[in-house]
Amino acid sequence: MLVSVLVFVFASLVTLGAAVAVVTNKNILHSAFYLILAFVGVAAIYVMLEAPFIAMVQVLVYIGAIAILIVFAIMLTRRLMSKDMDQKNAQWIPSALGSLTLFVVLGWIVYTAGWPAQEGAMPAEPISQLGQDLLTTYLVPFEIASVLLLAALVGAILIGRERETRSAE
Amino acid sequence: MSIPLNWFLVVAAGLFCIGLYGVLSRRNAIGILMGIELMLNAVNINLIAFWRYLDPARLTGQVFAVFVFAVAAAEVAVGLALVIAIYRNRDTVVVEEIDLLKE
Repeated sequence: MLVSVLVFVFASLVTLGAAVAVVTNKNILHSAFYLILAFVGVAAIYVMLEAPFIAMVQVLVYIGAIAILIVFAIMLTRRLMSKDMDQKNAQWIPSALGSLTLFVVLGWIVYTAGWPAQEGAMPAEPISQLGQDLLTTYLVPFEIASVLLLAALVGAILIGRERETRSAE
Repeated sequence: MSIPLNWFLVVAAGLFCIGLYGVLSRRNAIGILMGIELMLNAVNINLIAFWRYLDPARLTGQVFAVFVFAVAAAEVAVGLALVIAIYRNRDTVVVEEIDLLKE
């Protein structure tokens, strides 16, 4: 019991510390690497919540795809944002105060809400149950998500590619 | 189940607020996208925590988290394509300088 608390505290501190480094680091590439560390911490939290499939998808999608895509984009656009440039805009103090206020409000809500937490039984095979649910109860959202991904793929290629007609302009 | 639900919710709230600060204070458009990713992760922690503690018999929370993953992947792909297209046409990734609609 004590071990799981220690692991949870460690994972949370790593996640939150890495997240702070993501938003404050002056070097945007280092921010991207801290972002990967934050994703690993979140995956550990999923494991503690007994959702190993979600943790695996987190590693595959967030670290394997999204973080790598961000690193690519940073390297393609890097020479414009050198380290000595100011990375914060003029409104960073009100932003920080607003975020802190939101955190206090959310914390107060969490501790006064009285969630009806209960010791329910997990399904015997959660992962196969998840697959069943996705293809029966949630079939329509599942198909819409696949169409959304296709649209995003086509859109990203269309927006990101070099225009061939530029020389004619 | 030795860890109270509140702890997970507080960690998620902290992650969300850190991401919100990143979105509001970064000048680099890619930095803003990274803040959005942190906020989406915080939402996913909440979904999984509520699933585990309130209704573990049905997997609705996990299903919702899977959809958030799909939408996040689509969002970051289109967002980064936009950043690179703007970089190519306007030679900047600083959001304050992307003001074509203001002129």
